[in-house]
Amino acid sequence: MSGIVSYGAYVPYWRLQRTAITGALGSGGGKGTRSVASYDEDTTSMGVEAARRAMAWAPDGRVPSLVAFATTVPAYLDKTNATAIHAALALPSSAGAVDSVGSVRSASGAIMIAGLRDGLAVLSDIRTGLPGGADESNGGDAAVALLMGDDDQAIAVGIGGADATAEFVDRWRVPGEATSKQWEERFGEYAYLPLVEQSVTDALKSAGLTITEIDHVVVTGLHTRAVAAARKAIGARPDAIVDDLAGSVGNTGAAHAALLLCDVLDRAKAGDTIAVVTLADGCNTWLLKVTDRIDGRRPAQTVREQLAICNDGLGYASFLTWRGLLHREPPRRPEPDRPAAPPSLRSNSWKYGLFGSRDEAGFVHLPPARVSMESGAIDRMELVRMADVRATIATFTVDRLAFSLSPPVVAAVIDFDGGGRFQCELTDVDPSAVKIGDRVEMTFRRLYTQDGIHNYFWKAKPAGPAAG
Amino acid sequence: MASHGIRDKVAIIGMGCTKFGEHWDKSADDMLIESSQAALADAGITLDDVDAFWLGTMGSGLSGLTLSRPLKIQHKPVTHVENFCATGSEAFRNACYAVASGAYDIAMAIGVEKLKDSGYSGLVVGSPANDGTSATVTAPASFSLLAPAYAKKYGVDDQELKDVLTRIAWKNHKNGALNPRAQFRKEVPMETIACSPIVAGPLGIFDCSGVSDGSAAAIIVRAEDAHKYCDNPLYVKALSFVAGPASGPIDPSYDYTSFDEVVHSATDAYAQAGITNPIAELAMAEVHDCFTPTELVLMEDLGFAERGMGWKEVLAGTYDLDGELPVNPDGGLKSFGHPIGASGLRMLFECWLQLRGLAGDRQIASIAGGKTKALTHNLGGGPGACVSFVSVVGSELD
Repeated sequence: MSGIVSYGAYVPYWRLQRTAITGALGSGGGKGTRSVASYDEDTTSMGVEAARRAMAWAPDGRVPSLVAFATTVPAYLDKTNATAIHAALALPSSAGAVDSVGSVRSASGAIMIAGLRDGLAVLSDIRTGLPGGADESNGGDAAVALLMGDDDQAIAVGIGGADATAEFVDRWRVPGEATSKQWEERFGEYAYLPLVEQSVTDALKSAGLTITEIDHVVVTGLHTRAVAAARKAIGARPDAIVDDLAGSVGNTGAAHAALLLCDVLDRAKAGDTIAVVTLADGCNTWLLKVTDRIDGRRPAQTVREQLAICNDGLGYASFLTWRGLLHREPPRRPEPDRPAAPPSLRSNSWKYGLFGSRDEAGFVHLPPARVSMESGAIDRMELVRMADVRATIATFTVDRLAFSLSPPVVAAVIDFDGGGRFQCELTDVDPSAVKIGDRVEMTFRRLYTQDGIHNYFWKAKPAGPAAG
Repeated sequence: MASHGIRDKVAIIGMGCTKFGEHWDKSADDMLIESSQAALADAGITLDDVDAFWLGTMGSGLSGLTLSRPLKIQHKPVTHVENFCATGSEAFRNACYAVASGAYDIAMAIGVEKLKDSGYSGLVVGSPANDGTSATVTAPASFSLLAPAYAKKYGVDDQELKDVLTRIAWKNHKNGALNPRAQFRKEVPMETIACSPIVAGPLGIFDCSGVSDGSAAAIIVRAEDAHKYCDNPLYVKALSFVAGPASGPIDPSYDYTSFDEVVHSATDAYAQAGITNPIAELAMAEVHDCFTPTELVLMEDLGFAERGMGWKEVLAGTYDLDGELPVNPDGGLKSFGHPIGASGLRMLFECWLQLRGLAGDRQIASIAGGKTKALTHNLGGGPGACVSFVSVVGSELD
């Protein structure tokens, strides 16, 4: 049985106050906040951010043999989404990339596939519902990446698990629909509870443990009532039940079980046992034991620390606009061109990998150039990856005329540490607070979508804590 | 680099320029007919007398047919030229060389742009199929990068800089108010300019040039033939055009307070024309004031002010219509308007009027004082990555 070698969680910068929903609609909403993917994010781009964090803390030289991506909201159908994550991580073409999409249960599948192949499981979701409904206010957006591998490298090893599967209709969404529908909630509780009991019991049996021996118990799923009932029914120690982050993040669907697992790993001690119980069309239970390798392999920023760095001033109208539920008058500017496939393939290392080229004198050209601007030498360059290099704002402007889903566009000229200048957009930033000299880091985003083609590329955002 | 120039080898014998503005009632064809007919009439010749044509337009048509079709030109060379916002100047430069080479006796340079049919605000430029990674900022945002960089480098505070930019717009509107062909013919109070809605960075709507339709044309002959057609031709003293390596946006040493391309083209043009002290020797200059910070920086790049002193000269009125060196006496891109392919020729049109004493209400005094040379400057692209054109024309042979 394989274990978790490193992990990374990504909670987007924006929060919606649930009272903003009540304020606009006169009903719905509730207390606390939910996390919100920005207008320039989707499940793929958030997956890249989580995957970069997980890989930053992987043992030296560890390259996943495959990326297994799971989401309920894939950016593409027919076309694989994991390949964009693979490209943004600059993985070798010999590494695989597969999607398992459509349901929360897809996440368990991705972790299983990654575990079989020493791969990277990337679980990412953007959850919402119709305005005023519970899915809208209770949902949340986040991504998690788990690098799986041998027990001798793992920070947490799998010690048991069990599935319980059943076909019943508690929640559904046909392809093309933006939001889900649900059956009357008491039915779901009735259908789920026996499956939870079966899965948990079988898992504990496989590990030779009892429920009260488990130090951290994660119970999650989209069926709020069934999850609450399950938390009580399984008989865990009350102090072992892990907070579900409902008040600050919301339920992040396919990412949620793993997000709560990351939160546990952020503070767990060597020897701790963890149960991850996921209610989704049945129940999956995964038992883990934390190893002494955990110390020194935790990410630079814990889940809780990420939650503290946020902007909870998002207006409800912006939230609806970003999710495509409110069509606003665009500026009288032409829409951008769709990115063309052949030039995108030719510039793959730039567009996805953010590689520049460095000439013999050390001058970095962004995008990669063949001719040195210093010496004129041709093809005497080496590729250099800039995605994880930090930069300083040299100058910037706030463009109120440019086309954007969230005007104004903040554009900056940034100088990378160690050389290289690049003009790009800033994101997750207050336009009035940007200053020359501000420190920024790169983030993978979806710039826009045209003709159904998502234009993925990198932007800069205010720098957070440095990675390992 | 050898750049010999063609000083005093060719002359302009006639020019035409339409009114610039929102010409809902005119097509590019209509404007081409109007400016070409005006230039031909000015020179006292007919279309049949012209041997070859250079047409500048960035987006209002492709190929020489864009000119030959509306004018019904009969089997003559028509070259379509495009070089961003310096397109009109580039058409002129190539027509001059064709005449200077002896290949043709009479050439026409003509520029046109029909911008107002796009249905969008601001300038719309198409691009070839690409990977979607180039920055999507608009032209005002691109040029607005000059403002904070200039202010920081020279210790000018935000309010002082805003005053300087406002004064540039105010001056060009004041000049344009005297020009019957200008798009905006109204003086605008400084408070209105300073408080106009922000477009990008510190730039308000009044810091931006007019998006307009228009056309302008010039007839060029060898200098020795000029007096056959015209008592007071203008002689071409210098033509310089450079394209930079576009490295500003990737070179950390570029500081966004200068256009290297302009410095190179100005140095080359002054050498061709034998000018050593531009502010003393030139009667006037038409410069590419696409946005107010551009005009500020150009004053230094063209040698009209010491580095870091341009803003003080602006505030002192040095470049006013009655200043030491009038800049954009016709109102500039700011109030005359900026139909891309026509703008470079429109600048020459103002030299054509001013140097020959035909500028009416806005006639500058330095001509009567004996100055005979004028400069045009036209650029395309943005800070750190542009093409630049500088010409010098004069009413006397040296």
